[in-house]
Amino acid sequence: MYSLLVPSFCAINKLSSALFQGGNYIFEFDSFADRDICREFVAAAIAFHGETGKSTSEKPAAALQDEQLSTAEMEHRIKLLQEDNELQRLHKQFVIGGILTEAEFWATRKKLLDQNDRRKPKQRVALKNEMWSVKPLSDGQSNRVTFNLTPEIIHQIFAEKPAVRQAYLKFVPNKMSEKEFWTKYSRAEYLHSTKNVVAAAAEAAEDEELAVFLKQDDMLTNEARRKIRRVDPTLDMEADVGDDYMHLPDHGLLREESKDVLDSQYEPYRRYFSQDLNQHAAVVLQGRVVDVELGDTRSVAEALARTKQAELANEVSDGNLEKDLSHRISRVAEIEDLQGPRDLAVAPLCIKDPRDYFDSQQANALKPLGDAGSGVKTLKFNVSSVEAYGSLRELISEIRVTGLSEPITDPEVAFKVLSGLTQNISSTKYHLGKSPHESILDSLPKVTKEDLLHHWTSIQELLKHFWSSYPITTKYLYTKVTRLKDAMSQVYPKLQVHFVLLDNYNCFLYNGLPTCVYNFSCIFSLNSRKLRNLCSQISGIKFPYLSNQCFRL
Amino acid sequence: MAPAASKLYADDVSLLMVLIDTNPFFWNSINTSLSFSKFISNVLAFLNSILLLNQLNQVVVIATGYNSCDYIFDSSALQNHNQKGESLLQKLEEFVDKDESLCRDDSVDGPGFSLLSGSLSMALCYIQKVFRSGPLHPRPRILCLHGSPDGPGQYVAIMNAIFSAQRSMVPIDSCIIGAQHSAFLQQASYITSGIYLKPQLLDGLFQYLTTVFATDLHSRSFLQLPKPVGVDFRAACFCHKNTIDMGYICSVCLSIFCKHHKKCSTCGSVFGQAQTQDSSTPDRKRKTSVDN
Repeated sequence: MYSLLVPSFCAINKLSSALFQGGNYIFEFDSFADRDICREFVAAAIAFHGETGKSTSEKPAAALQDEQLSTAEMEHRIKLLQEDNELQRLHKQFVIGGILTEAEFWATRKKLLDQNDRRKPKQRVALKNEMWSVKPLSDGQSNRVTFNLTPEIIHQIFAEKPAVRQAYLKFVPNKMSEKEFWTKYSRAEYLHSTKNVVAAAAEAAEDEELAVFLKQDDMLTNEARRKIRRVDPTLDMEADVGDDYMHLPDHGLLREESKDVLDSQYEPYRRYFSQDLNQHAAVVLQGRVVDVELGDTRSVAEALARTKQAELANEVSDGNLEKDLSHRISRVAEIEDLQGPRDLAVAPLCIKDPRDYFDSQQANALKPLGDAGSGVKTLKFNVSSVEAYGSLRELISEIRVTGLSEPITDPEVAFKVLSGLTQNISSTKYHLGKSPHESILDSLPKVTKEDLLHHWTSIQELLKHFWSSYPITTKYLYTKVTRLKDAMSQVYPKLQVHFVLLDNYNCFLYNGLPTCVYNFSCIFSLNSRKLRNLCSQISGIKFPYLSNQCFRL
Repeated sequence: MAPAASKLYADDVSLLMVLIDTNPFFWNSINTSLSFSKFISNVLAFLNSILLLNQLNQVVVIATGYNSCDYIFDSSALQNHNQKGESLLQKLEEFVDKDESLCRDDSVDGPGFSLLSGSLSMALCYIQKVFRSGPLHPRPRILCLHGSPDGPGQYVAIMNAIFSAQRSMVPIDSCIIGAQHSAFLQQASYITSGIYLKPQLLDGLFQYLTTVFATDLHSRSFLQLPKPVGVDFRAACFCHKNTIDMGYICSVCLSIFCKHHKKCSTCGSVFGQAQTQDSSTPDRKRKTSVDN
C-alpha cells in the first residue's frame, strides 16, 4: 500500500517501475484533490506502459541477437501484435517464453512486415443529421437565454440558409461584429421558436438586419423553383406507395402550426416546418461540399458561396441535361412487347450433350457404395410399352380389390429389419465427418474449443520452424531443433487435462476426441510411438499404426 | 430462401412430399418379392401412419412416370377422409393411362429412366407455394422412393433442383428400392442433409419407412438415424473418365479436361493460349475462353 500526501518525483518513479512490473496496488489519499491528480497520472502511466511494454521487453531480446531494428520497424511490429490477438498470443508464448528468437518468429512473416500502413483510408465525416433547433440554455431565475454556436453548427447554418450566409458576408465586419451578428440571429431564432408571427413582424419592422433573418429566404425559393424544373420525370413513384403517411397532416410529425388566418402583411414572417425539414435533408444528403477549416467563419461562408456560384454556372451552361432527360424518358416509357428483338452481346450457351457431366460423375460416385446385393436382380430384356403399362394397371387394380393386407408386414421380417437398422446405426454413431453439417469442434464447450485451436496454431508454428531447420548442418540448428522438440512435447500434457475434464462431461464426443488426438500425435514423428501408447491408455482403444496423416481436428 | 420468420404451430408438424417411382419398365424388369402392389400397399400404410402422427401433418404424393409426372394425392385437399386410399389409387390409375398415352417408344430395353427431375421440381414448387401461404406452415421435406437407374440427360436439372432444395433448407430423403445405388439421390441427400437408405430386406419396406423416414425434422436433431457411407465426389475428366486432381476447366460450361484442348467438346467455346506452368500459385485450373 502506498500512501501519498503529495505526489513527489521519486514516488512517481517508483510508481512507474511498479506499474511496469505488473501487479495490483491500492492507494490511500488524504484529500479528493490529491486523488484526482494521482488518478490522472496513473491513467497516463498505464497507457504509456501498455504501449511500450512490448518494446521494452523486445529490446533485450533484440540486443542479444545483435540485430539492428529501426524504431519504425519496432513500432510496426508492436502495431501488428496489438491488432492480431492470435499473433500476440503466439509471440508471448514463444518469444517471451524463450523457445524462438525474435528474428526467427518474424522471419516467417515477412509479408506482414512489408505491408505498408495504407490500410486506413481517410474517412470523411459527414454532416450531422440533427436539425439545429432552438434549445437554449436558460436558467429559470434570470431572463437570459444562452445559445451555443460551434463552428460545426455555423457551417450547417450557412449551408442551409443562404440568406444568412449572404447577410454575414455583407454585414460582417463592416456593419457589425461577429458577436453582434450571431446575437441578432439568435434573437431571430428565439422569436421563431415562440411562434408569435405578429411579434416577429413587429421586431422586423424596427430592425432592418433582424428582418433579414425573419423573412423567408428568397434565395431558397429560387433554388427550389429551379430544382422543380429539373426533376427527372422517369422517377419511379411506386417505391413510395407503401409509405403510409400521406394522409396524415404534416406527414405525421407532431408540430403545432397555428391555423389562424393572418393578414397578408404577416405572411412573409411565417415559417413552415416542412420547408425547413426538406432543406435540412437536402443539405445533409449532399454532404460536405467544402473542405475548409471550420474555425474561420468568414472563409467557410465564402467557400460555400463560391460552390453555389459554380453550381449555378454549371446548370446554366449544361444544355445536355435536356437531351439526357428526353433519352431517359424514351427508354423508360417504351413497351417491351412492341420492340423488335435486340442483338445480344453474347453468344448463347449451347451445351451439346449434358450427359457428359453425368458420366464423369458416375465414374466415382458409386464405387464406395459397392454392390450391396439385396436380392434385387435386374432382368434386361426388351419389353413393349403396352405390356409394361398393362401389367402396371393390373397390379393397381389388384390392390384396389384386395385392399391393404393385415398385417402389413410379416412380424419376423419387421424384427429382422429393426435389428439390422439398429446395428447399422449404432456402428456408425460415432462416425463424424461424413456429413458436411457436423463438426466435432462445435460440440465442444467454447473454452475447450478455443484452447484446442490455440494449441493447434502453436503446434503449427513450432512445426514450421522445426521442418525449416532440416537438414541439420550446424550446431545452432541442432540446439534450435531440440528446443522446439521440448516445446512440442510440453503441449501434450496440457491436452491431457482437457480429456480428463471432458471425460467427466460424459458426452458422446469422448469417443471422437481420441481421433483428433491420434491425428495430432502422428505429426510428432519424433515420439510417435510413445504418444500413441499414451493415447491408447487414455481412451482404452488400440490404434493402428499409420505413418503420414495430415492434421485434422 | 429460408422460410421467413416462420412460427410453426408445433415443432413436429411436417409436410411430407412423397415421390413414388411408377416407371412401368422398371417395375416390369425386377424380379423380387416386392411387386408394385405390395409396394403401394406399404406406402399407403406409411402415409396413413404419417397422418396419424400429428393432426396437422400433410402428405402430398407425386408419381414419377416414364413420360410425365403428376400429383396423385394431397391430404389437405381431401373432402372425405375415409376415402384416402381409394382416391389415391384412382388418381394413380388415371395417371398411368395418361402416361401411356404420351409414350412414344414402342419398346424399351431394360428398366428405362423415370423423370426424377420433373417430380423434384414439382415438389419444390409445391413447397414454395406453402412457404408463401403465410407465417404458419408445416416444415416440408421430400421423400423419394426411387428404383429406376439414373438418367444421364437429367443431370443438370436434378443438380439444379438439389441446390434449390438446399437453399430452401428442404431435406431430400431417399429410399432406393431398385437394384443399384443412385448417385443423384446420394448427392441430393448429402447436400440437403437428408437420409439415404437402400433397404436390404425389401419385404419389410414398411418397417424401414416408419423407423427411418417417418421422423420429422425437429426430432432429427436428437435421434440417431442411418448415416451415409461417404461418397467420393471427386471429379473425373470428360475425355477419359479418369479421376483427376488438377486439370483444365472450361469457364463457360465448367467441363473438366485432363489435357489442354483447343476447343471445349461440350459447349464449343474456343480456348485461349495455355498459361505458362511456372506460376507459383497452385490454382492453375482456370483457362480463359473466347466466345465465338
